Amino acid sequence: MGTQRRHAPTVVAASLLVLSAALPALAGSASMRETMFSVLLAIGLAASLNILLGYCGYASFGHVVFFGIGGYAGFYLVAVQGAHLATAIAGGGLVAGAFAAGLGAAILRLRGPHFALATIGVNEAVKALIVNIEPLGGPTGMNLNVSVFRAYGGAAGMLWAAYGTAAAIAVGAVVLGGLVRTSRFGLGLLVIREDEDAAAVLGVVAWRYKVGAYVLSAVFPGMLGALFFFKQGVIEPAGAFRLDLSVELLVMVMLGGAGTVLGPLVGAGSYQLLRSGLLTSDLEVLGVRIRDVQLAVAGALLLLVVQLVPAGLVGWARGRWLALRSRPA
Amino acid sequence: MRTGFRPSVGLALAALVLACPSCSSKPAEAPGERSESSSPPSNAPTVVVGYTASASGKLNVESIRQRNGLELWREHVNATGAWRVETRWYDDESRSDRIQELYTRLATNDHANFLISPYSSGLTAAAAVISEQYGIPMISTGAASDSTYQQGLTMVYQVYTPASQYLTGALDLLAARLPDLKKLAILHEADRFSSDVAAAVKARAEASGYAVVLDEGYDSATTDFSPFINKIQQARPDAVVGGGHFQDGSALARQLADKRVAVPFVALLVAPPEPSFAELGSAAIGIVGPSQWEPQAAYDAAAAQAAGTRWVGPTGAEFAHAYLQAFGEQPSYHAAGGYAAGLVLQDALQRAGSGEATALKTALDATDIMTFFGRTTFATAPESHGLQVGHLMVYVQWQQGAGGKPVKRVVWPAAAASAELAARPTP
Amino acid sequence: MWSETLLASTVDGLLIGVVYGLAALGLTLIFGVMNVVNLAHGPTMTLGMFGIYLSATKLGLHPFAGLVLVAAGGLLLGVGIYVVAVKRVIDAPHLASLLATFSVNLMIVGVATAIFSTSFRNLSHDLGVLRAGPIAVPGTRVAAALLAVAVAAALQVFLTRTRLGKYVRAVAANRAAAELVGIPSARVLALSFGIGTMLAATAGGLIALSLPFTVLSGGVYELKSFVIVVLGGLGNPLGALVGGVVLGLIEGIVPVFARATWVPVLEYGLFVLILLVRPSGLLGGGR
Repeated sequence: MGTQRRHAPTVVAASLLVLSAALPALAGSASMRETMFSVLLAIGLAASLNILLGYCGYASFGHVVFFGIGGYAGFYLVAVQGAHLATAIAGGGLVAGAFAAGLGAAILRLRGPHFALATIGVNEAVKALIVNIEPLGGPTGMNLNVSVFRAYGGAAGMLWAAYGTAAAIAVGAVVLGGLVRTSRFGLGLLVIREDEDAAAVLGVVAWRYKVGAYVLSAVFPGMLGALFFFKQGVIEPAGAFRLDLSVELLVMVMLGGAGTVLGPLVGAGSYQLLRSGLLTSDLEVLGVRIRDVQLAVAGALLLLVVQLVPAGLVGWARGRWLALRSRPA
Repeated sequence: MRTGFRPSVGLALAALVLACPSCSSKPAEAPGERSESSSPPSNAPTVVVGYTASASGKLNVESIRQRNGLELWREHVNATGAWRVETRWYDDESRSDRIQELYTRLATNDHANFLISPYSSGLTAAAAVISEQYGIPMISTGAASDSTYQQGLTMVYQVYTPASQYLTGALDLLAARLPDLKKLAILHEADRFSSDVAAAVKARAEASGYAVVLDEGYDSATTDFSPFINKIQQARPDAVVGGGHFQDGSALARQLADKRVAVPFVALLVAPPEPSFAELGSAAIGIVGPSQWEPQAAYDAAAAQAAGTRWVGPTGAEFAHAYLQAFGEQPSYHAAGGYAAGLVLQDALQRAGSGEATALKTALDATDIMTFFGRTTFATAPESHGLQVGHLMVYVQWQQGAGGKPVKRVVWPAAAASAELAARPTP
Repeated sequence: MWSETLLASTVDGLLIGVVYGLAALGLTLIFGVMNVVNLAHGPTMTLGMFGIYLSATKLGLHPFAGLVLVAAGGLLLGVGIYVVAVKRVIDAPHLASLLATFSVNLMIVGVATAIFSTSFRNLSHDLGVLRAGPIAVPGTRVAAALLAVAVAAALQVFLTRTRLGKYVRAVAANRAAAELVGIPSARVLALSFGIGTMLAATAGGLIALSLPFTVLSGGVYELKSFVIVVLGGLGNPLGALVGGVVLGLIEGIVPVFARATWVPVLEYGLFVLILLVRPSGLLGGGR
């Protein structure tokens, strides 16, 4: 398999992402920009989670903890230390990565549902801990003075700058996912996913690989957290460590196809557009406005996907494609 | 297993991502949300008001009542024929994630001239960034935390009395009516709003000579209050103040009664003014709560004149009647806040003469009116621009009514009171 | 004085802990039989709360009679959820069943919010107060705890003494082997999911006896159930009850000595720690 072919999905994914990210700027549409910001944020988070979930087979239900920790670290740097956004983002990524390194060594010994439950526990424990840390605002959280945005061209300039940064981080996360997928390291992860015990026999030092994957999957969420809460201008424990966001990320990865490079992109993109479409739609079915029961509709659609397309959209499409190709002409 | 990948497959699928997200959907006005029945003269200038409400999630009840109040105002103002107000709204799911996305959509796609805040301080702080970006004035209702208005905002105007004053009036009430009670226990939810309230009431209590024998925050997910109640029993306070929101406040009140706790004064946030607090039955009796507004509040044109300000809009009784007709329930203060936000906008529109943002902002800065909701004036100094400085809280108490059913009565301030404060009976 | 508060809080923690334990029993039973972590657990508890509330307010039933309705409804609901959402994914990687049950969660919460809004409900049912020295316990709490123990005991009898119960245990131990000896595993799985859901709904109903609730309350208790099943060991029924009591005691006793906001830190810290050093739970062994 040639290098070109090997990296094809990554190149496609990255170009797609850059192109779609450029659309709002080309159209000069702020509304499109904000919708795309949510999409890019989700893609960055889902692509990161995919490194752990898709390649390594570890379902982290509390992945939002890195988003929250990065958010708090970044917000603290900007609001209290007066740092620049760039520093805050770097700081957010660093703190999240370091936390993953420390934590990973311990909890990656667990497998399957035990690991999933442990990540939930970690998220809740960190959230509860931050409520007790006064320098981080305790239960009240922290606010950002609007004057901070002046350095980035006021609220308007800041929103565009934040958008560009989100696009860059999302591309970074997707490219990282692609690079890991095609590397020797990624191969090791796949072996662990398929059979962790056999991996050990083959000489893959499992814990080192796993912790590596865990750290890689934490850094970009940390950076995105710092960016997101800077843009919000406010951070609170309840909003920073939302478990349902974690679950939504899993849904996105599964929807697109876990373990593929394009999967998180497709999954996060379609999920976010679907949700925002449902939220703003005026569609009525049998006299019930879809918008009023959008949560239930989202649930029903998810159930259909899980039941009918368990491999995710990308996995399903690939399966169809391979079947078509193998059919004699 | 994954060697046969062809980019074209991904391309076709990922076109989903490329598909322009905002051009496919129509503007979000649902049938019945525009007042077709009372269509004003076609020459009335049109103003578009945008907001989000929590049709789902934990803020659902308060937020939807706020929306009901606002929509009732829209019908009324359109009936006057002076303005043609249209509203656009989206569900924010009680989450801050999409607030900025939805408010940007309101500002650009829906061409809102004016914004109303979501319910809650956290969501409002995120929406404020968008209001600043587009220079569109936003009236906040249901967003009480003081800190939001100390961040250099220039376009946000608060209708509610800020959090720091929610329970300080309860101390005045206590001092005036039950002066022998001197030992205070503060028990509050550990979230943004309730912690702000608790910090302010604690400072005030200590300054006015109360002994704070217990000061404790509880996690928002707390369901069982037995341990705290046991602690209260041990500390033997004369008064308990605090609480947080609906769920915890109602649970706390019920368990205080279930465990037969004899404390003569209990004041809780948010839950008691809610009409459904009556579901607690005898557990509701004696509980005091701060309210932004009550139907019995005695604000009228004469009161406005006495205070040296202008009277605007309907009386409290008229509002309450119209609301009952429209929605089949008594209005809570959240509903009144939504309507009052509309009135403040209407008054500013009259004075500005148009829906143009700068003119509106100038008019809002100069607002000094009295409505059925009470007085409204905004701070204009840059460090706290938009903070509400005119409006006062009222305090309600659930008392034994005819037939043993609990009834809600206003007990403070003295001028607005419909009944005397009664010491909470030992359950 | 301190010791009195401690004693009172211990009793309170015990009583509520048993009810938490009953809810967790439902979660752990489903996991034990089919290796599925049921993310629709919380909303089914919510439905139990609304079930008992509505049967009292709309049908005028006594709450204890309502409880029977709730249990029956829970059983049917569970079988329904199994057939619609779980059956097809039961042998897929565990993430698929998590997502399937999560989607059921979304649907229940979405529809229930549209119908009931998130306003709180309260079932006024006063059974008086039992007093002993510093201890004052509402009768509803005592009744809920006793009923929870009774239901758990009935489950134990069912699992050990009846043919159907033995089938359930056989399928839990080794499904392939159970099928070989002619046990209709498909039906047993559906039944087990039904019983698990029934326990969750019943626990929800018992909680509604003494605490106000909303459409979203189930989410809070779902997290508690997770902690409990880990404390007791995943898949261990007795462990779930013990775990419930332990959680109830932590919630009752810790606030006596420390600020209450440290309770969840301790709870979840302990939760992670147990997973790491004693994944079979406090009782050990288990399955």
